[in-house]
Amino acid sequence: MSPLTTTQILRETLAAELRRDPAVFLMGEDIGAYGGSFGVTRGLIDEFGATRIRNTPISEPGFVGAAIGAAVAGARPVVEIMFMDFITLAVDQLVNMAAKLAYVYNQSCPLVIRTPMGGGRGYGATHSQCLERLFFGVPGIRIVAPATGADASALLQSAIRDPNPVLLLEHKLLYPLRWELDAVPTPPVPLGQARIARRGSDLTVIAWSWCAFEAERAAAQLAAEEIEAEVIDLRSLNPLDIETLAASARKTRRVLIVEEGPRTGGIAAEIGSQLHERVFGDLEFPVQRLAMPDCPVPSARSLEAAVMPGAEVIAAAARDLATRV
Amino acid sequence: MFDPTQAYDRMLLIRRFEEAVEKLFSEGRIMGTAHTCIGQEATAVGVAAALQPQDALTSTHRGHGHFLARGADPGRLMAELFGRATGYSRGRGGSQMMMEPALGFYGTNGITGASVAFAAGLALQAQLAGTDRVVVAFFGDGASSQGVIHESLNLAALWKLPLIAVCESNGYAMSTPASCGVSVDSVATRAVAYGITGATVDGNDPRAVHDAIAALADRGRKGGGPALLECRTYRLSGHSRGDRREYRTRDEEQAAWRQEPLTRIEQALTAAGTLDAAALERHRAAAERRVAEAIAFAEASPMPDEDTVAEGVFA
Ligand SMILES: Cc1ncc(C[n+]2csc(CCOP(=O)(O)OP(=O)(O)O)c2C)c(N)n1
Ligand SMILES: [Mg+2]
Repeated sequence: MSPLTTTQILRETLAAELRRDPAVFLMGEDIGAYGGSFGVTRGLIDEFGATRIRNTPISEPGFVGAAIGAAVAGARPVVEIMFMDFITLAVDQLVNMAAKLAYVYNQSCPLVIRTPMGGGRGYGATHSQCLERLFFGVPGIRIVAPATGADASALLQSAIRDPNPVLLLEHKLLYPLRWELDAVPTPPVPLGQARIARRGSDLTVIAWSWCAFEAERAAAQLAAEEIEAEVIDLRSLNPLDIETLAASARKTRRVLIVEEGPRTGGIAAEIGSQLHERVFGDLEFPVQRLAMPDCPVPSARSLEAAVMPGAEVIAAAARDLATRV
Repeated sequence: MFDPTQAYDRMLLIRRFEEAVEKLFSEGRIMGTAHTCIGQEATAVGVAAALQPQDALTSTHRGHGHFLARGADPGRLMAELFGRATGYSRGRGGSQMMMEPALGFYGTNGITGASVAFAAGLALQAQLAGTDRVVVAFFGDGASSQGVIHESLNLAALWKLPLIAVCESNGYAMSTPASCGVSVDSVATRAVAYGITGATVDGNDPRAVHDAIAALADRGRKGGGPALLECRTYRLSGHSRGDRREYRTRDEEQAAWRQEPLTRIEQALTAAGTLDAAALERHRAAAERRVAEAIAFAEASPMPDEDTVAEGVFA
């Protein structure tokens, strides 16, 4: 098989799921012939038609709420929010309805929200955010974030088959990357299993989505300097595979968590806290965080590059921690 | 009073500016994204021509034309697209996030529909402060599906705010034709639901737009409350950079080009004997020069300071 982009992998996986289960349908803005802003659903309307590849007006609270209702009534909607920044409009539906259905009403809500997120494209402060932190502290919403082509397929399938609301975070910078895979769809992986992307003994670098991809690149650079970083790609934020993280932390005794998002109030803070609760005595240094400054994402390329936690800054932070005495 | 030559100059400036933006993107000289308004210049210019200096305007993701019509410096606007320190948002905002209250311009806006609520707030403060400011809020046919617009117009009606919501019905929301995104033939008919005045004008005729806004603004200033004006136009541009425009035919576009506002006003000006062919050429050359100067200014401007990128989060 020739290498496929993440975009193509997501599309083929969506097609396979649409074929497998007639209850699955897609909805979102311009997802029909246009294929969505990033082209993920391009061409699907030709095979599945406009009923199952359903264009919506620009009404995020309306169609997210409708998807929740359809899911409770037996459908398996896969909703695209054009940019994660716009999920803010639908937060009420997700937080006050979807997240409460199982706990309060004993109802399952097999809903997937796919959404492109993150910076790096110069789109500015309202089109570049990673907002998973808004949902991380809301019990009842699963959050998954692939960093590889294989996981994009695997996690998408698991998300669609899960009986709960699942947010699938698709980083914009991952879309054009190409992956060598034996076949698509790839075998699904259960939600809640982190991926040890690289083994190492000098420190543990924890990340997800694009940052996990960058952390692997950073680890390759560090290996040339004889620093062996263990890179763990979370893949799933909720459920969080804290056991895998803790085991690695016990082994390397030094932990760096990388997050695309402001340093304050982030997911790294929660993971760091959970690690301290479990493995404090095994650590040589407190868990370190590498995140973005507490400011919006600026649009100018130069400014945006200055705040994004790419491979270079990850390598620098990891080097610093690994060589500390 | 509506001055057609002045309107023509503004429309020309917007057209040349937007053409330059598209070219700069295709040459890789500017990054990120932008939405150009080729074909919609008459709406922007007609609205702006009817406003007083104290009035306020809120815009959308497709806002260069609105901003230029309101008097933006093309150099600083271009510098923002180039991500330079001299840009209206010092390189922090980009195309969809520029504001200049000194010009009564309260922002382009990357969240469709959001600026109508913000505009209602500007109008509320105008009322509370007892000024005679009127606020115009642009939004698109696509944005008209956003709940926040309905909420804003309802409260503007209840509070009799001096707000004119202007729907630029340009046929499409990205790839979605208005017929697939809007449940009624005309967004203006929704005015009935809020108990306010609704009207539709030819958005490619700057004078018609001007006259409609002037009348509604006059009413608003006298406490007559909000209104909804639909300007019918056509987005000749693609939605944004890289739009292959597969959702419409070239025939349809060609028909729209025959209605486009710049040619129309040129014809009107020559027919009236205001400008002859040589004069038109002079005006065109002047607009081109201004845009070239804007690009030169932007390119010569310094980059923003990376060391202070995290500063200024709070006032
Ligand atoms: C809340 C929100 N949802 C979706 C988008 C993506 N988006 C940007 S412009 C656009 C189409 C807007 O159409 P319309 O309001 O008709 O304005 P036009 O582009 O035609 O000027 C969409 C879907 C957005 N910016 N904000
Ligand atoms: Mg439109």
